[in-house]
Amino acid sequence: MLSLSGVCTVFIIGILFFILGYLLFHGAKSLDWNFFTKLPKPSGETGGGMANAIVGSGKVILLATCIGVPIGFLAGVYLAEYSGKVFAFVIRYTVDLLNGVPSIVIGIFAYAMVVKPMRHFSTLAGGVALGIMMIPIAVRTTEEFLRAVPVSMREGAMALGATKAKTIFTVVVPAAISGLTSGMMLNLARVAGETAPLLFTALGNMFWSRGWLEPIATLPVMIYNYAISPEEDLHQQAWAAGFVLLTLVLMINVTARMVISRGPAASRR
Amino acid sequence: MASTVVTADIPPRGGVRSLYARLRGGDEIAYLITIICAVTIFLVVALLVWQLWANSQPTVKTFGWHFILSSRWDPNAGVFGALPFIYGTCVTSFLALLIAIPLGVAAAVFLAEMAPPKLSGLLTFLIELLAAVPSVIYGLLGIFILVPVIRNYIVPPLVGTFGFLPIFKGSFYGVSFLSAGLVLAVMVVPFIISVSREILLAVPTDQREAALALGATKWETTWDVVIPNALTGIIGSVFLALARALGETMAVTMVIGNTPTISASLLSPGYSIAAVIANEFAEASGDLYVSSLILLGLVLFGLTIVINGIARILILTTTQRGG
Repeated sequence: MLSLSGVCTVFIIGILFFILGYLLFHGAKSLDWNFFTKLPKPSGETGGGMANAIVGSGKVILLATCIGVPIGFLAGVYLAEYSGKVFAFVIRYTVDLLNGVPSIVIGIFAYAMVVKPMRHFSTLAGGVALGIMMIPIAVRTTEEFLRAVPVSMREGAMALGATKAKTIFTVVVPAAISGLTSGMMLNLARVAGETAPLLFTALGNMFWSRGWLEPIATLPVMIYNYAISPEEDLHQQAWAAGFVLLTLVLMINVTARMVISRGPAASRR
Repeated sequence: MASTVVTADIPPRGGVRSLYARLRGGDEIAYLITIICAVTIFLVVALLVWQLWANSQPTVKTFGWHFILSSRWDPNAGVFGALPFIYGTCVTSFLALLIAIPLGVAAAVFLAEMAPPKLSGLLTFLIELLAAVPSVIYGLLGIFILVPVIRNYIVPPLVGTFGFLPIFKGSFYGVSFLSAGLVLAVMVVPFIISVSREILLAVPTDQREAALALGATKWETTWDVVIPNALTGIIGSVFLALARALGETMAVTMVIGNTPTISASLLSPGYSIAAVIANEFAEASGDLYVSSLILLGLVLFGLTIVINGIARILILTTTQRGG
């Protein structure tokens, strides 16, 4: 019976390698230089690339990071360093709640808050949607890694006459910085693949999107649109885009997790 | 003037200090900024609930409970009933759990009880990578690999053997409840494994040693002692996976067929709550249409919040008792 459980594990790991292998094989085959430099071709023509979607994903994620990480980080500092009992419980509970909200519902929220008042789809709306999705993980990462910093370091700083704020931002945060950065990178990798909240916020665009108030193409949405289209050529492009996206996400994951597992917080786990 | 000198000498005990003194060290500013961010999160969630509620009112006023109970979804006629979507979401999620629970719990038992720590660490790492794969990639693989494979190799023998069962009746096009359930199963398995493994590891070693000392075999120890100890937490991990499956959008949208039907057959195409929002929201015209889709979002939100809450309580009770 116990060996059966081993078989299950191998089966599940097998799925992972199958996914990686198939995407690597199929995606790399369809990948060429045009993919990174050309715009998508109008329907019916072959060739073209996804240069605008690659830049678009970058822009949306940058915006999301600028919204989600500062709010999440500072709220995490509050929970780890200042928190009172009742209020901290309420905030922690809210953060968990937000973490459990399906991404498509966050999309509806961003639509109601940004798209509806402005009357058009935009990069901004996509960034807001993904930014909100980044908050819960940012809070949790910050709280966890700050709590892992030994109390003695705080006491040392305080004994030297540093104020509490000075202690936090010049001693505690730098001590936890490698874990914090890795945690934020994992967070970024998570939203980089999000599609659902972008469908009706960033929408998509066959051309370059100027500024922050126009609809914008992103890699995950392009993969979705191309995969459900009937054209064989677009399927190849979807594979190539999937390959690029997955490589990016897994590379960030592997690097960040290695940094975390070597860091001081690892001993606590 | 003298009084100010005196108050400056006596350290304030939770009393009033001048604003300047409080801000001088930067302490209060830092406190204020961090607490504002914490409150912002609270406000965002409150606003989220309010927006969903307020924007779905037209549909609530027009249809009331009939919205959930009716199975007719006809945007052209302005009639909106959500039953096919609720049905599709439930069927695919339960199908996914049916497949994912045995696989996931077995793998968790292997990782926690049998595998040497180093191997267990490595395998857990790989399984967590599986959880990091974006859902649109699962959808891509679902459309181009899973659907053709089950259409050509799995469903024909299945229908041949069990075709008399109502769940395998009807013609099969590839996109179906079954395909969506299978993709979802692969997607939620990593969550069941990583949470269950931690729950199992939290069961005190004494318990295992006591059972082994009484002459129980490794299997008996695991089955009769460790698993009952961890059961509540494992159920918690299943609820966590269920919440994920209910809210999952892209992979389901790509393989479920997007047809609002209620059919007992798993081979028939269907629709789910998240999928209909993803497909129709951007093109929805008319207040009632948009508000119906937002109400569906509210239903989904409510479902996942309740199930996540149950999961949290279950997991918390086991880990606290174990630790």
